Formats: sequence, structure tokens, C-alpha cells
Amino acid sequence: MSATALAGASNAAVYASMLTLTLAMVAFAISFASGRRRSGLTQSQVPVVAAVGSTAVLTKPTLDAPTEDDAGRKSANIGMSFTWLGFVLLLVGVVLRGVWAGRVPWGNMYEFSISAAVGILGAFLIVSLRRDVRWLGLFIVIPTLLTLGLAVTVLYTEAAQLVPALKSYWLVIHVAAAIICAGAFTLAAATASLSLVQARAERRGKVGVVKVPSAEKLRTLTYRILAFAFPLWTFAVVAGAIWAENAWGRYWGWDPKETWAFITWVIFAAYLHARSTVGWRGDRASWVAIAGWAAFIINYFGVNIFVNSLHSYSGV
Amino acid sequence: MINEAPILPPMGTLGFLRFAWRQLTSMKTALILLFLLAVASVPGSIFPQRGNNPLRVNEWIAESPTFGPIFDTLGFFDVYSSPWFAAVYLLLFLSLIGCVVPRTQVHWRAMLAPPPPVPRNLLRLPQSLEFEVGAPANVVLERANTYFTSRRWRLVLTETSIAAEKGFLRETGNLLFHFSLILILVGVAVGGLFGWKGNVIVREGQGFANTLTQYDAWGGGRFTGAARLSPFSFTLDEFNVDFERGVAQRGSPSLFEADVTYRRSPGAVAETTRVEVNSPLAIDGAKVFLVGHGYAPHIVVRDANGVVSFDDSVVFLPQDGNFTSTGVVKIPDSDPQLGFQGIFVPTAPANNLRGPVSTFPGPDDPTVFLSAWRGDMGLDAGAPQSVYRLETAAMEQIGIAALRPGQTWALPDGSGSIELTGFERWASFQIAFDPGKEIALAGAILAMTGLMLSLFIRRRRVWLSVASISQGVTVVQLAGLARIESADLPGELQLIRAAVSDLPDIVSEKTATDV
Repeated sequence: MSATALAGASNAAVYASMLTLTLAMVAFAISFASGRRRSGLTQSQVPVVAAVGSTAVLTKPTLDAPTEDDAGRKSANIGMSFTWLGFVLLLVGVVLRGVWAGRVPWGNMYEFSISAAVGILGAFLIVSLRRDVRWLGLFIVIPTLLTLGLAVTVLYTEAAQLVPALKSYWLVIHVAAAIICAGAFTLAAATASLSLVQARAERRGKVGVVKVPSAEKLRTLTYRILAFAFPLWTFAVVAGAIWAENAWGRYWGWDPKETWAFITWVIFAAYLHARSTVGWRGDRASWVAIAGWAAFIINYFGVNIFVNSLHSYSGV
Repeated sequence: MINEAPILPPMGTLGFLRFAWRQLTSMKTALILLFLLAVASVPGSIFPQRGNNPLRVNEWIAESPTFGPIFDTLGFFDVYSSPWFAAVYLLLFLSLIGCVVPRTQVHWRAMLAPPPPVPRNLLRLPQSLEFEVGAPANVVLERANTYFTSRRWRLVLTETSIAAEKGFLRETGNLLFHFSLILILVGVAVGGLFGWKGNVIVREGQGFANTLTQYDAWGGGRFTGAARLSPFSFTLDEFNVDFERGVAQRGSPSLFEADVTYRRSPGAVAETTRVEVNSPLAIDGAKVFLVGHGYAPHIVVRDANGVVSFDDSVVFLPQDGNFTSTGVVKIPDSDPQLGFQGIFVPTAPANNLRGPVSTFPGPDDPTVFLSAWRGDMGLDAGAPQSVYRLETAAMEQIGIAALRPGQTWALPDGSGSIELTGFERWASFQIAFDPGKEIALAGAILAMTGLMLSLFIRRRRVWLSVASISQGVTVVQLAGLARIESADLPGELQLIRAAVSDLPDIVSEKTATDV
């Protein structure tokens, strides 16, 4: 395939993915709106030990949403299918972009953004393989679409050679870790925000948003995602430091990008401490998780665009 | 705040110290200090920092005479070496030590202690189950023992029960992580005290010897001196640079490499190598990094009689991405003194509307814009002057002109001429020696190891008790306790149930996916 054809194919795949994700968003929204309010706990939320003769059945408490009506379930399933399709299309777009440029597709902010969108969707879909998180779909597809929208409108650049500073195998290691973290942090911010909404409703004696698990379960899910993402983020920062030592002669120089990576790290460290501090485990910890995500976003967009940093590359 | 001491018993100095220490080492304080550390780091990304960009700092202060000096006094331009930043992280580390050391003792004792005995009523625990197994009690216990032993649980066996405990590596990892942070801090401190770092600009064909006087900028720790610099030297033979010419990312560098000849010591054999952005030259523990480059227009100045008074290439410093560069030429020996301020553009704009601003970083149409000055350039005042700046306070401008290579400008006052004969390139190198970086790296690796252990290992206790109800039928009570949320205890209890009921298929299938 010629370079022009590759370029066209990559862009077409990204646009097709956006279209598919928009359909997924609509399906998730319909599913969300079709829920009825109910009160009380459902069977799946309480652990039950039942002894029948010589066998006992232990029902494990799960993060599953309360049972939903058929129409809602159907559109949620449609949403999941579209999300998978959108993910595959986007992955194709990113891979073709790399083939077109003849390198890893991580040379400028357009490429980082579409890769981060793959990261967000990937994180969500991996979690969805292990448990029912269809209720989360809407809150994942919306930030993904925003990221992609920004990428194709504001950040778009033609593929070019890597600037010499990026020609290193550390690019693959460092950026891959950061992209996976982008996905996980966004996922955690979504569950943390939902836990705040649910906690507010629960304080008022309501069940909260139907289909979405209780605040406590959302907090646990947030913790699990961040317990996975925090070591990975640590690794991304350390890998960046090793690369910086090799490229710029110092492993840490308080460049704005490094500073905000550090701030992000410290906030998520504070989150982990908050989870084991009395009086902080609930809503406060959720706020800290959201603050950590905000620091990550500031680092990604703010530092590249507004601040003079060693990490500001041409073509944004 | 008014002290409400009367309602409290007197504390005394020692009591107060103990109180302060307790407060400092509490988790809540650590949490607040972490937030403070995050907030305290922010100004350093907003204000220019002396360590990264001293020129921008001076500009900032000059541009805002009111706030500049205030912010400077407050340390906003040296955030990461300011006393308040140090106060936050030192308190944090003190709090960390105060928390981690007692926890280490507790953990040590816990590792030596046997698992706690079986609680009286197992079924009261939130995670528990009771079931019957068609086997004698001792067989059930034996099966349970095999299960626990093969998975390296710590066990206490009695006639009718087993107490088991697993996952001590979680706390070990947690402690390792926190101690490793101290190790990283030590690495940073060693680098700061014993390391050094300098910058030098070298023109093509010119050389550099590693002595203090040759550096344009040099910073060393408390325990480094000129005597500790290793005596290597190098020459910049050739500098190659190329820029993107396509539409996409036009003007960004595509090639950036310096060919150098170096000697490890004055008498040593000359070796050649290529220094690139991601591949520095390592000599004697120090590393030579290629960090920047620019243009050095070659300028010849003649006096009224045609006698050459200056003939050299002059380093101009780039001001933007397209290498619009500024520099000065000083002729202090002429009378009155003569000076030129210059702007060099590698590619002059097609029209003059934009002024002397380069439109491409490559030398497609090199032009130097000169402003000539006569008068006293203030060299006799005694204060050292920058070679990149002309003090024009006591000077008079005599004209401006633009020159392309080969062109000569006869000065309007008839005092001589200036010619641009061409240009050379220069490269800037950062040379750094950091003996603490290996320590910091070791700390980082240990910290990551500890972190993963502390987040992924599950600490849990399981108790099992058996009672025979008839020949060959045993009632088993099984219960577990996990301190942390990520433990999948119900699943694990099911596994144990399957194992003691002798349903090995389920066990092997589940353990394959169980992390």
C-alpha cells in the first residue's frame, strides 16, 4: 500500500471508530435511561450461605449491577458490541498510522491521543471480560470520544519522522506504560465520580442511579484499578528518568513534565494512604483519585501546549 | 488562637515532644504532607527555574520589578532547593521513618509468631461455611494440611483444627517500598554533594579540555572541586544537522549528531566517536551529552585603512525554533570602541514584513542583520561582561545593514567595514558526573518491587475445624479473615472446600488462574 493510501486508511479507521463509538454511546445512554428506580438490596448484593444437606452454596458478593429490565440489558449489550468494534477499528487506525510513519505511532500529540483512547477502551474492555461493567460504558465512551474529537480536530498532524530526541527504545517502554496508565486513571476517575453520585443519593436514603453498583462497591473497584495503575505509573516515571539520564544527562531535572508526573504520583500515593486512613476512606479518597486524574490531564495537555518544556515536541 | 490549656493536664517538654512525634508520624499527617508536597511542586512548573533556565528567570524579574524580587526572595525561581520545599519533604521523610521503623518491629514479631488459634465460633466470622465430607476427620485434616503446605501457608495443627496464615510479603513489600524511598533520597543527596555538571559551547573544529575555566557554566556539589575533574579532552570534528522539509512537522530536526575526537587524558590515544541525543559519550564516569546547536557567523572587521581588526566566527544563540539567533561582535581596541549587535537568520523571510525572523532552521538563505555602535562599551568599569551582550548605554548607533555571505558593509561614518564571509555551526554539550545515580536507580527498582508486593499480595488467615458425626462422615467448619479488600476470600474458601472434599479437578483448574 502506498503512503497516501495508508494515511487515508488510518484516518478512515479512526473516523469509523468515532462513528461506532457514538452509536455505542447512544446505546449505553438508552440502556441507562431505561432503568427503573427500585429500593432495597437485591439478591446478588448480599453474601448468602445456604446449607442444603451435605453441600453448601456460598454466593459470592459481586460487583454486578442490580438486575435490569430486558430493554435496558439489550441496549447495553448493543453498546458493548459497538465498543468492541470501535476499539478494534481504532487499534487498526493506530497500527496503520505506525506503518505509514514507519515507526511506533507515538511521535506527537495526535498519535499519543489516539493511543490513549485505545488505552481507555482497552482498560474498560479488559475489566469487562472479568465482571459486568456495562453500566460504566457511557462514562468510558464519552471521555474516549472527547479525546478522539480533540485529536482529529486540534491535534491532527501528518505523520513525520521522529525528532532525534525520541529515537530511542525507551520511547516504546516509557510511552506504552504512560498510555496504559491514561486508560486506567480515566477508568478510575469515572468510577470514583460515580461513587460520589451514589454516596450522595445513599445519604439521602435513595438507591441512587439504578444499574450502577453501590458507592462502596464503586470505591472498591476504583481502588483495584488504581492498585494496578500506581505501580505502572511508578514504572513509567522511573523509565522516563532512565531515558532522561541517557538523553539529557540528568535523571531528574524538574522539567514541567517531570514535575507534573511527580505531582500525579504523589496524589495517587496520597490516595492509597487515604484508603487506609480513618475518615478518608469514603468520598474524600474518591476526590483524591479524581484529583490525580486531573493532574495527569494537566500534564498531558497543559504542559505540552502552554508551558515551555523539554517534552514539548514539534507538531505539538 | 487562644490557648485553652486550663482544661488539660500539664504536658511538660518531654510530653510535648512525645505528642509532637505521635502527630508527625500519624497517617493523617503523612497524608497532609503528601498533599503539601504536591502543591509545593506546582510553582516550579509555572515560574522559570534557575536550574533549568537562568536567562528566563532574569528576564522575568526584569519585566516585573514589583513582584520579581518578592517572588525571588520567596524562592519561586528555585522552588526545589528552597527552604520551604525542603521543609515539606524532610518532614515527610521524618514522618515516614517514624512510621516505618516501629512497623518493621511489629512485622518482625508477627513473622516469628505462630498463626492465632482457631476462634471458638468459626461460623460467626463474616466469611465462613460449614459442610460435610464423606471421609474420616484425620483424612480431611491430612488433605487440608497438604493443601496449605504445598502453597507454603504458615500452619498450626491440632487434633481437630488447623490455623493457617499467608501473605506476609505484603507488609514486607510495603516496608521495602518505604525504605527504598529513603535510598532514592540518599542517591539524590550523594549526586548533589559529589557530582558536577557543566555546559560548554564548541564550534566546529574547536576543542574542549575538561577544566573549570573552559566551561561556560559549571555547577558542582559541596565535595567536588576542580581537582576532581577527570583530564579528558575532545574536538568537535563535524556537526551534522538536518531538518524536516515536508509539510508535516516542517522544520523539526530529523538528524542531529556530532563527530568528535577525544582523549581520556592529555597523553592518551585519540579515539573518534559520534555523539547523538540518545547516545552520550562516557569517559571516566562522566558523560558528555549533546544538548543543543546553533550558528556561528564568520565575521571580518577592517578599519579605515583596510587593516583587519577582527576575523573569527562568533557564537550566536538561537532565540526560536527556526534559529533566529542573536550575538554581538566587540572591537574594544578601536578608538572610539566599536561594537555590533547582530541577528542571524539561517533562512531570511521572503519579504521584509516580518522583520529579521528566520522562516526555516536550515541555512537556505543565511543573512545577518547588524546594528553598529560607537562609543564606550563600559569594559573599564571592572564588572565582567557577557560576550552575548553589548552595553550600549554610552554608545551611539551609527547604522544598520543586512549582509549575506560575501557581502561587505562600509560603515557610514567611514571608520571601516564589516564583512560576512560565511558561517560555522556549533554544538552545546552538557557534561555531567553523578555518582549517586546508581544508588537512586537501585532504590527505584527496590521501591517498585516492594510496591508490587504490597499491592498484589493478599494477607489472609484461614481456620478449619473438623468434627466426626458418624463413621466416615465429618463436619467441617471453615472460615477466613482478610484485612484487605482485594483478597478474594470466598473464592479461596471454595478452593479449600474442594480440596478437603477431595475434588482435585476444581482445585487444579482454579489455581491455574488464581494469582
